[in-house]
Amino acid sequence: MQKNSKMVHYEVIQNCLVIYISNDLDHHTVTLLRDYSDRLIEAGNIRHIVFDFTDVDFMDSSGIGLIMGRYKKVMFLGGKAAVSHVGEMVNRIFGLSGLYKIIEKYDTAKDAVEALTKGGKAV
Amino acid sequence: MKLIINNISENESFARTVVAAYMTRLDPTFEELADVKTAVSEAVTNSIIHGYGKEKGKIEIHCTIKGKTIHISVQDWGIGIEDIDKAMEPLYTTKPEWERSGMGFAFMDAFMDHLKVTSKVGEGTLVEMDKEIGKEQESVEPL
Repeated sequence: MQKNSKMVHYEVIQNCLVIYISNDLDHHTVTLLRDYSDRLIEAGNIRHIVFDFTDVDFMDSSGIGLIMGRYKKVMFLGGKAAVSHVGEMVNRIFGLSGLYKIIEKYDTAKDAVEALTKGGKAV
Repeated sequence: MKLIINNISENESFARTVVAAYMTRLDPTFEELADVKTAVSEAVTNSIIHGYGKEKGKIEIHCTIKGKTIHISVQDWGIGIEDIDKAMEPLYTTKPEWERSGMGFAFMDAFMDHLKVTSKVGEGTLVEMDKEIGKEQESVEPL
């Protein structure tokens, strides 16, 4: 069993928060991740958020709620949300839910950060 | 196969993993396995969040295999659903403050071949679904 502290790690690049998720995303883990990411956003100087899915093998509709909720938060701050390294399973869920209508997908977290921070400067 | 679990969120991953292990004899593809795991996760999560809320209760998951089809039922004895048609509408949720996406039933419907929901207010909810494994792959269209 993984400890919560190992479930996720993050980095802040300029004003962009990158959250690397490394667990299944369901109602249980989403509850923990929501508080974790909101504390980081509220700690300040964050405008954009990227969720990296490199190590995520499973996600249900709870994950959609998590992304949508954070999207609304950063939108309020004038920022954007993005996802990166999305595997086949998670991609199907995102596609089916229509999430890609509002959130961009990038190959890597680095690509996402570059795109978001560039866009951020232009605003 | 019958699995009875308490309504705690840690059991969501346990329940879907048990069902996935049970269906391996049908030699499912990665995608079919993911479909069933998602559907089970949605049904169990619904029972935990909406069926019981803060109350304690049991959830019973029952699986059978007939030919190449897995039949799964998820039963709770929670508050039940007043308007099933409304509950099944994509994006409809009674818990927006919990950031529920309202996609639970939509995913069960999309990923399984058949979905039937029976519920009585004050008595609980029964979700029955089945999926044939190993048939021609069909693409899932956006909802």
